[in-house]
Amino acid sequence: MTTENGIRADHRMIFDIIEPGAKVLDLGCGNGDLMQILEQRKNARVRGIEVDLSSIYQCVEKGLSVCQGDIESSLEEYPDHAFDYVILNQSMQEIKNAHFLLVEALRVGARVIVGFPNFAHIGARISLFFKGQAPVTDALPYCWYNTPNVRFLSIRDFKAFCREKGFRIVGEYYLGAKKRRYLLPNLFALNGIFVITEAAKKGPQSP
Amino acid sequence: MLQATENLIAYASLGAVAPEYHIFARPPAALKLESGETLGPVTLAYETYGSLNQDKSNAILICHALSGDAHAAGIHDGEGNPGWWDDMIGPGKAFDTKRYFIICANVIGGCKGSTGPSSVDPQTGKPYALAFPFITIADMVNAQRDLIDHLGIGKLLCVAGGSMGGMQTLQWASSYPERVRAAIPIATALKHSPQQIAFNEVVRQAIMADPDWRGGNYYAYGQPEKGLAVARMIGHITFMSDQSMEEKFSRRLKSGKFSFKFDADFEVEGYLRYRGDSFVKRFDANSYLYITKAMDYFDLSGARLIQTGKVCPTRFLVISFASDWLYPSSQSQEIVRSLKRHQVDATYCELKSTYGHDAFLVEIAEQTNLIRHFLDRTQNGNGKKS
Repeated sequence: MTTENGIRADHRMIFDIIEPGAKVLDLGCGNGDLMQILEQRKNARVRGIEVDLSSIYQCVEKGLSVCQGDIESSLEEYPDHAFDYVILNQSMQEIKNAHFLLVEALRVGARVIVGFPNFAHIGARISLFFKGQAPVTDALPYCWYNTPNVRFLSIRDFKAFCREKGFRIVGEYYLGAKKRRYLLPNLFALNGIFVITEAAKKGPQSP
Repeated sequence: MLQATENLIAYASLGAVAPEYHIFARPPAALKLESGETLGPVTLAYETYGSLNQDKSNAILICHALSGDAHAAGIHDGEGNPGWWDDMIGPGKAFDTKRYFIICANVIGGCKGSTGPSSVDPQTGKPYALAFPFITIADMVNAQRDLIDHLGIGKLLCVAGGSMGGMQTLQWASSYPERVRAAIPIATALKHSPQQIAFNEVVRQAIMADPDWRGGNYYAYGQPEKGLAVARMIGHITFMSDQSMEEKFSRRLKSGKFSFKFDADFEVEGYLRYRGDSFVKRFDANSYLYITKAMDYFDLSGARLIQTGKVCPTRFLVISFASDWLYPSSQSQEIVRSLKRHQVDATYCELKSTYGHDAFLVEIAEQTNLIRHFLDRTQNGNGKKS
């Protein structure tokens, strides 16, 4: 992913969304780059969950607090509304039960920031349609045999999913190869970043 | 990690160190114990490394495990053995004595200078033996608190320890959260499982089944050596992993062939016998009974680690080891879950190691890497730029 002043474009976007002093939980925080800028420049109180040991070492070297564990089982013990934001950036596509995770994330945090690679990006479509091969793009850099992704979704898929499950989208941001995209995001955006909350008033729960 | 290893090589040990003794709870005062009984006077043997800074903000308390003692680092004059965590404590090491003032005290109930069942009961002029009151991990910590008060330290920068040392670390954070800025419980648990209690019970029965134990009154005759050696052999099996035993011994024979006698044919048998025999020379059997019981009684599960509704100001670094089946990672994860419930600042890491429970004593580079940065952050904050 492209960087500006050493900050990844998606990190920059998430950084801009979060208010100073917020309590933030970063699920799949990686080496802690995003947490570090949130802590140092936004005075945010950040916590991370990460499964990879060498990434955790890098987080601890940055002075960050991270618990080793897989994302799906990491939320259970947190009390309701423990965080202002739960970040699920570039990790939702690796989650088996994404719906349950988002419900849990919205229990633990007031808002959830979801960032994921857009499987319907034009490059991916061309690859599938003309080459007849599983797409490999900047946002989807893996081959079919080594990808950690188990869920392949488009921006339109996610919006439909939110409608169906009653999640309210309060912010949506789209990233191309270099900068933000505004036009036809489902075709031209490599990554989508959404801010979601629980629907204001929930009707009867669907089974 | 490479950096850490280089530093270990670059810096020598602390050199000569000597124990000191803190005596308190002199009559009419006495240390109140969790059992309702009292103990006094109490002696705590302790060692310190590095120097306490002006505002007394750089003190770190290291807590030892079941058979450990106050000699955590450096070398005693006339005795070649470095302290039990010498690789972790010293100039440039994880607990850097150039920056921190390190304290380690022998627990009460122990036999390495602190008051325990082998100490002389002032009322009778003889060793306490089984007249020694039952002690708990909380009692050990309360005794340490007296020492910390005596040293004039209000707030500890950190309390750290592995195994039973980890229990004391958790107990410190539970009993005196406002006096502990950071806690590093390693390879430990909020409470013993039935399996852990079972091992300890077998250990105790091995000691008490030895006729030389004499109901605990063996001090005029000598240790129950057979029983204590078997107890320690059991311990050593639980401290290793299947893989580390395979690597260390496999099925190698001591003399290349079967003896067809009940001798120690296999290297693993020889190792256990050696460990057992050397242990009886250095550790009091009754202390082993009392301390294992204290570990079994320990229970900070539920709301006991952090009281409901209270904010815990202590930062935690919880470490476990993948091959440790005596204190498995699931028990460390239980600690972490408890911390999450109360939104305590916590870092948790399961380190890869094949050494089993012994890993906390031998996996130096990885622990050093984590602890060094964790302490640095605790001392200096996050260096915020707004």
